[in-house]
Amino acid sequence: MDWFPLLNSLRIAIISTVIIFFLGIFAAYYIARIPRAIKGILDVILTLPLVLPPTVVGYLLLRVLGPKRVIGSWVLAVFGIKLTMTWWSAIFATTVVIFPLMYRTARGAFESFDETLAYSGQTLGMSNTKIFWRIRMPYCRQGILAGTVLAFARALGEYGATNMIAGYTPGRTATISTTVYQLWRTNDDALAFRWVLINMAISAVVLLAVNMLEKRKRRAG
Amino acid sequence: MALSVDIEKKLGNFRLRVAFETEGGVLALLGASGCGKSMTLKCIAGIEKPDRGRIVLDGVTLFDSEKRVNLPPQKRRVGYLFQQYALFPNMTVAQNIRCGVRDRSRAEAALRDIIPAMHLEGLESHRPAELSGGQQQRVALARILVNEPQLLLLDEPFSALDSQLRFRLEEELRHAIGRFGKSVLLVSHNRDEVFRLSDDIAVMNHGNIEAIGHKADIFADPVTRHGAVMTGCKNISAVERLDEGRLLAVQWGMELRSPKSFGEAKYIGIRMHDICPAAPGETENVFACRVAEELENPFSVTVMLRPKGKEDAEPLGWELDKALWASLRGETVSVRLPGEALLPLEE
Repeated sequence: MDWFPLLNSLRIAIISTVIIFFLGIFAAYYIARIPRAIKGILDVILTLPLVLPPTVVGYLLLRVLGPKRVIGSWVLAVFGIKLTMTWWSAIFATTVVIFPLMYRTARGAFESFDETLAYSGQTLGMSNTKIFWRIRMPYCRQGILAGTVLAFARALGEYGATNMIAGYTPGRTATISTTVYQLWRTNDDALAFRWVLINMAISAVVLLAVNMLEKRKRRAG
Repeated sequence: MALSVDIEKKLGNFRLRVAFETEGGVLALLGASGCGKSMTLKCIAGIEKPDRGRIVLDGVTLFDSEKRVNLPPQKRRVGYLFQQYALFPNMTVAQNIRCGVRDRSRAEAALRDIIPAMHLEGLESHRPAELSGGQQQRVALARILVNEPQLLLLDEPFSALDSQLRFRLEEELRHAIGRFGKSVLLVSHNRDEVFRLSDDIAVMNHGNIEAIGHKADIFADPVTRHGAVMTGCKNISAVERLDEGRLLAVQWGMELRSPKSFGEAKYIGIRMHDICPAAPGETENVFACRVAEELENPFSVTVMLRPKGKEDAEPLGWELDKALWASLRGETVSVRLPGEALLPLEE
């Protein structure tokens, strides 16, 4: 059995989760601090990928990253790199799709934070960066961890947008989800089923982790 | 060791406008909740930004709207004891205190000094959630003291505690204040606490300071109706000036005389324990009263009185010793409102 789809899915999910961990947290932190009117609009824009069909996300990504489009053509001209149809192209897709998950859970976690703790750190002379990493993040860690794991699980299962921007090339861009589709289409039912089982096992482990984190959170709260 | 504050801040319909100076010692901001006491502390600490004004601590300008100075809280050297103490829940006692030490190389030495001084031996590795309210307060104070602030702000320091604990902790807080030795601002709505802990008192109402002065002077002359209420005066009536220096306390239905000037006063007040039984032969400010109600306190009695024949008057509260009341007890009683104990009060 060729394990490439598993390896590819994992590296795409891990890299996009790492990116989104920071992006989501900083978006959640800074958007909580801007005027309400702008906040409402930004909130809608940033949450949109959660409810849009992944094919729509894929389409929009192709509109900007495609080799003849604004960013895609520029990168191609300057660096000679094509942004689509490589294994890492899928990272664009998963990153956009999982961003709202991280952003919203991080925001929820930050909203439960007692700002007095930050004020007290400030009056004691602690820098805002130190307050963020030593007080705010540990305080909100359960929510943020749960969000990260959920984002990872979702990234692992991304199909629609990935298929459009990275396509399916065995041994190059194939992920578990695109492989399952391809195998089913070519009537390789036995192998497709094996990949389905592998996917379900990973997802179950991840969801179990989320549940355990939430239980600990409830006990702590 | 001087703090000078003159600031304005608007928050919706609420307008904070406070100006005061203190030359050291403990100044208490006394007022009901929502009067702007805590907001004043937050402006001084740099957590909130005033719209206008100046804050100067020991010659250092912390805030000046005209010169566009607004030091971040980190640079103000103002220690802030929050109502719920704001200990970092994910850190141990020792880690919490270490956060307060500005010079890292001194951290261990500072810890060795402060832990026995604040009676925290053996608690170093505990988390805040495992501590009692009193212990939490001591940790918070320790964390502030190692920070070596130039000014200490205490925001309702006992509100998070049981009443039994309060008294003992007040003693401890007094020690900590003594150890600190610099200016302290205390915010509270509890007049007893304020009187015991502070040197000077500023009475706040609706974002303004109505009266400020030495605590004994403020209790003797609270200036405003609100000041009287905040310092515990329960008997307050509207007052009208009659001829020949006579005063009419409208709600009590009493005509009174006082050596004090009631020039601009709109109200008259008398503390419950300042009323006394009339001695034979006394006539000024003496009233035969009917006892409307008798309330027994643990160590005293509060008797509600109406002058005879004034059945619609607002009853006047008189607090006196149980033994004394036992000797006077009856359906009617003759009392005197000493003229020098009457408080002229502005709106």
